[in-house]
Amino acid sequence: MIPEPTLNHYLLLSAVLFSIGTVGVFLRRNLITILLSIEVMLNAVNLTFVAVDRYLNAVNGQIIVFFVMTVAAAEAAVGLAIVIALFRHKDTLNPDAFTNLKW
Amino acid sequence: MAGIYFWILAALTVLASLGVVLQRNPMYSVLLLIVSFGALSGLYITLNAPFVAAIQIIIYAGAIMVLFLFVVMLLNVPTEDPPHGYHARLLGGAGPRWFGAVLALVLVGELIYALSHLRATPLPGGNGNTASIYQIGLTLFREYAFAFEVTSVLILLAMVGAVILARKES
Repeated sequence: MIPEPTLNHYLLLSAVLFSIGTVGVFLRRNLITILLSIEVMLNAVNLTFVAVDRYLNAVNGQIIVFFVMTVAAAEAAVGLAIVIALFRHKDTLNPDAFTNLKW
Repeated sequence: MAGIYFWILAALTVLASLGVVLQRNPMYSVLLLIVSFGALSGLYITLNAPFVAAIQIIIYAGAIMVLFLFVVMLLNVPTEDPPHGYHARLLGGAGPRWFGAVLALVLVGELIYALSHLRATPLPGGNGNTASIYQIGLTLFREYAFAFEVTSVLILLAMVGAVILARKES
């Protein structure tokens, strides 16, 4: 018999997903994949909100998730516009190529 | 019964997210992330949150991922460039990169350690009226009405910003 999942299971899953997103931001050398890793991290946080929401029998967490998704959409739109502008500038998506502001 | 769904969907989510991170081709990364979002949507259903499950599919998988896919196809960069140049060796070389990965592993270890020391908190049973879309609508348009309206300004600003940033300089 498989045990029923508890709140801890959902929080652990969320922690694992968040760490996977962090590894992606550190390891990948491609601006688009870095943005995708940030989306993975945002989703891990959303899962925490919904799980705690269910635990507390409230709806506020689901509304926060709604706002997080809106902000993620805005972030993706602006981020991808910056990626397009950078690609037009240097013909690469490697973040190490954009070091003009670095001392 | 919900246990089986949880484990299948959790495994699918973690495997797809690992694929997103380990994949070198951004096209496959985007498609795997859509798989991950679908599995997460199923997890939201096991948590009695059909509203979040629906907007996860409609907004995330339907709108944001299509935007990513559009940019990946527009730029047509099949794989990552290998590191090049002095700065690349200095900042993107094996040492600092693996240091970052080790830091992330420490993070996951810490989180698992902290969470495994909580006592098991079973989720309350039953459907619960509070998860209904009716309740969400009431709360959203009463308590969070101002935040909702401000969100529309945020989206307008993001739209104008994206158009200005991506415009070709004349």
